[in-house]
Amino acid sequence: MMRSFITMLLVAIGVAVSSWSIAYAANLETYKFDDPKKEALFRELIDELRCPKCQNQTIGDSDAPLAKDLRDRTYMMIQQGASKQEVVDYMVARYGDFAYYRPPVKLSTVVLWLGPVVVILVGAGVILMRVRSRNNAEVELSEQEQAQLATLRDSESSDSKQDKSS
Amino acid sequence: MAQRSKLRWVILALPLLAFLWLTIFLLRGLFSDPTELSSALVGKPVPQFELPDIYDTTKVHTEEVLQGRPMLLNVWATWCPTCRAEHEYLNQLAAQGVYIVGLNYKDDSRAKAVNWLNTLGDPYQINLFDERGMVALDFGVYGAPETFLINAQGEVVYRHVGDVNDRVWNNVLGPQYNELMQAYESAGATP
Repeated sequence: MMRSFITMLLVAIGVAVSSWSIAYAANLETYKFDDPKKEALFRELIDELRCPKCQNQTIGDSDAPLAKDLRDRTYMMIQQGASKQEVVDYMVARYGDFAYYRPPVKLSTVVLWLGPVVVILVGAGVILMRVRSRNNAEVELSEQEQAQLATLRDSESSDSKQDKSS
Repeated sequence: MAQRSKLRWVILALPLLAFLWLTIFLLRGLFSDPTELSSALVGKPVPQFELPDIYDTTKVHTEEVLQGRPMLLNVWATWCPTCRAEHEYLNQLAAQGVYIVGLNYKDDSRAKAVNWLNTLGDPYQINLFDERGMVALDFGVYGAPETFLINAQGEVVYRHVGDVNDRVWNNVLGPQYNELMQAYESAGATP
């Protein structure tokens, strides 16, 4: 039972991966490069630029017509000798920071960059404080509390005396 | 001693505050539309272009047709069902005197687009024919319909994604358009 389930799961994953790579290859095969450096840059870019239409896909793995237009434009710019930054700037100027999967450090994106660090620091701080307060367990008592403690001790000792006497 | 307990309360309240902040943040996410991207072009002049007229492809328009007065630039195509839904509303706006320029975006064929205008009515003062979608790309268009509000200086003021209807016009586009028109008319009256 368990075994057949695992086999099915593996087959499903295999099908998903292979269909993804077929679609991916189809997206790439029309672009021919003489220069392997340019081809590498092209592959890098289409994996980092986001398709504005499909939102959670890069322009490399989206089949949307707009993604194809953006791949064409990226290809054209690279063939004309554009640098990576130039292509990214071109896309960001038209579609905003949204178009690039590596958002720049800005006031509006600072939470993305510093958020995890802040959470870790706060967590470390809390742990540190708890450990410390456990170590200095000595607590100062107010006068009222000391008086209370004294009466408690008194009553306890008198209790024990009574116990002995009885 | 009193100060110490106050600090304690502040520390104890921190998780609660963080929780409330997260709740508000996520609640807002529930009601926001992630497909509504603000245009990167807002506050910038419209990109330069040269495009043929949809009726007469020998006639070429440049970005100058988007300057000189406040207007709407409506991106549309016959393959886009929402464009059909908003078309009648654009006809109404045009009848009220709103100046609309059309940008036909990657349509199936020019004949189909012209036929659409002949049968459904033509609310556009000028209609640009962007066969390959390259000018639309310069505008940051990622679908149709989209509607840009452009001021008299030819700068993009606002971009609306999705259809223009009564609600959108009365709450969002109309007030901004009327404001631009007022500024434009008062500037025209005292040159």
